[in-house]
Amino acid sequence: MERKTIRKWFWAWDFDKEEEWLENMARNGWVLDGVGFCTYHFIKSEPGEYSVRLQYLPIAEENTDYTNLLEESGAERVGRMVQWVYYRKKTADGPFQLFSDLDSRITHLDKIAKLMLIVAGANLLIGVVNSYNPSISLGWINLLVASLVTYGIGRIHGKKETLEKERLFRE
Amino acid sequence: MNETLVLTESTYYILLSLVTPQHGYGIMQQTEQMSAGRVRLAAGTLYGALNALCDKGWIIQLPIEDGSRKKQYKLTDKGLQVLNGELDRLRQLVANGEAILKEEV
Repeated sequence: MERKTIRKWFWAWDFDKEEEWLENMARNGWVLDGVGFCTYHFIKSEPGEYSVRLQYLPIAEENTDYTNLLEESGAERVGRMVQWVYYRKKTADGPFQLFSDLDSRITHLDKIAKLMLIVAGANLLIGVVNSYNPSISLGWINLLVASLVTYGIGRIHGKKETLEKERLFRE
Repeated sequence: MNETLVLTESTYYILLSLVTPQHGYGIMQQTEQMSAGRVRLAAGTLYGALNALCDKGWIIQLPIEDGSRKKQYKLTDKGLQVLNGELDRLRQLVANGEAILKEEV
């Protein structure tokens, strides 16, 4: 089986772009077969044979009714990278969506934003504490991470607002 | 509760599917069938909705049978009441739509 590995970086708040890229790869006959840190493993498939989705899913929520339900409906787990799980499904088995209404998409974004808020808060705290400690000179790194993640939270909120506006007149 | 309850399409079909006990995948299949393939509940949406509906007491989870991993759910009396209320609301929507649009044509 022909394989290839691509190294690529996506910000957590750009998970929709990541999904689009993976979906595009699948359309071109390369379906995701494994993930690692900034690493994507693909195997050759028929163009458009698979559809690929990713979801923020804490480890505790794996092997639950939810993932059983996903697998029962034809989705196959490809791998996990930190808090993200990747799934693929044969297009012949019907359209592949993890969410079918605006409410559940908004809830998904909320969960992502919540984690990012914790990461930003922790880095801010460590950064501030470290900048008062003369023996540690790397406090600025935490402050940088905190600002970057805060920017990401803003992006997630932007996506959420778009969905909420849409919800004013449809589900 | 003065506000009129308006169910989402997903909720409506989930409740309707649960008049007879059903597990998650069964709800997905039945909904797709009832709506002639138009409404496809995604797993993430269905799972979230099932939890929320259990919390509201509109459906209950049945005890898990031996040898089965799948949880089954069933509509409660309260759920049935909600569903009937929604049906009345939908009837009104359809009646109003038909009355006005038929005149137009």
